[in-house]
Amino acid sequence: MTQAVESLAARRHVLDLDDFSRSEIEAVLDNAAAMKEVLQRDIRKVPALRGKSIVTLFLEASTRTRVSFEQAGKILSADVINVTGGGSSTEKGESLYNTALTLQAMNADVIVIRHPHSGAPHYLARHLAPSIINAGDGCHAHPTQALLDLYTIREKLGRIDGVTVAIVGDILYSRVARSNLWGLTKMGANVVLCAPPTLLPPDFIDGARMDETHPFASVRIETKVELALEGADVVLALRIQKERQKAGHLPSLREYSRMYGITSSRLEEASPGALVMHPGPMNEGVEIDPEVAHGARSVIEDQVTNGVAVRMALLYGLPSPARAGR
Amino acid sequence: MTPNRSILTNRSVLNSDQFRRALSRIAHEILERNGGAGEIVLIGIHTRGAPLARRLSRLIGEFEGLSPPVGTLDVGLYRDDLASGAKPLMRPSHVPGSIEGKVAVLVDDVLYTGRTIRAAMDALTDFGRPKQIQLAALVDRGHRELPIRPDYVGKNLPTSRDEEVRVHTSETDGLDEVVLVTRTPR
Repeated sequence: MTQAVESLAARRHVLDLDDFSRSEIEAVLDNAAAMKEVLQRDIRKVPALRGKSIVTLFLEASTRTRVSFEQAGKILSADVINVTGGGSSTEKGESLYNTALTLQAMNADVIVIRHPHSGAPHYLARHLAPSIINAGDGCHAHPTQALLDLYTIREKLGRIDGVTVAIVGDILYSRVARSNLWGLTKMGANVVLCAPPTLLPPDFIDGARMDETHPFASVRIETKVELALEGADVVLALRIQKERQKAGHLPSLREYSRMYGITSSRLEEASPGALVMHPGPMNEGVEIDPEVAHGARSVIEDQVTNGVAVRMALLYGLPSPARAGR
Repeated sequence: MTPNRSILTNRSVLNSDQFRRALSRIAHEILERNGGAGEIVLIGIHTRGAPLARRLSRLIGEFEGLSPPVGTLDVGLYRDDLASGAKPLMRPSHVPGSIEGKVAVLVDDVLYTGRTIRAAMDALTDFGRPKQIQLAALVDRGHRELPIRPDYVGKNLPTSRDEEVRVHTSETDGLDEVVLVTRTPR
């Protein structure tokens, strides 16, 4: 090539969106658009990652994220090996570090990890040579979910800047909400968080972020869902886990559903043509009405398809381990 | 390029008139070789090949009354140097209709090592099996590293490896021009 080409930043790990710049997010979304074209071909296979090994290490339940990474890696011609907690040496009490060390010794180029403990991917990134991708760690971060949400918003609405996004649900425990907060605010969206006060992070209640320089200073908090949905261009519903009721955060799921469930009539408060999103898995009838989840405004299935394209873009963008100085 | 600074000199090797005439000639040659425009699909390679392919389609339309369909191809996923260097930004590829049994003419701005064309042939055959693949390049600067030769060339330009050929098109840069950039050590 004679012309200088614009290129992706050389990023070794994907741990959260807090260390992504706006232009880097845009570059990933642009490349994801090119990957989506590959998904629509008759022959869905390109040679970009031939000879590379990707290990998915999922120590917490998952369907779509794990399958999505596997699909993304295979379309790019990488070898994908899946390791889960059950049936692996984790059951025999092997530590996370030793499990990951074994995977490294088997020449894994990329380890995609989901772990119930916040920070587990960061820990591996500090100590191991392969690239680490966080596929969800505890209540902390789920950057690839946030990127696919950003991609879906941009694809459907044409922009993210200036779009109002209402995130409704279990904000306190949601890694999806946390990563989306970073991604959406960096991309210039107006974010509204809505939850019962017991499911909002204390930071957002006690005013710690009232300082203008705080990255989330512009985020609005609502405890009434009708007010949160008013004028929203995107409604992102989060899953309510049954455990929250046991822990005393909610009187009952039925009460949550009555007060905060996304229903057709509540959706009328949102902008005409507002998108309805959900990271899955859904508890239909709790945080979202089936009629809305499968209705005309729902882009929940598009999110799943776009997830493969976004993960392809991320896997493609990682530098080769040789260059990373193994 | 900070360690050894060098002086850059730009020399225009095709002005806008020469640029236009070279494309017209290529359009005529494509028609002559293929006995018309009926079976032709023009595939521009991102970035500068894409506007050139559209331009050729328009010219062929003016000469024959039939503009061949135009596609664009991003070869990023098929490159043989992905293991080294930063990964380029990609654009979605688009191949119009079926290329099965058609004559696919790959269009690129500068033909150099031939590695981009190798990648483009791999990429194209993932979309189907054309009857024939031909290659048009606005500039052939030599230094091939693979057994690849062009079928249509706008200008043969002998260069040294440390020179750079820059193609500007009115669509992407506001001006049709080919510039040879030479580095002389300071």
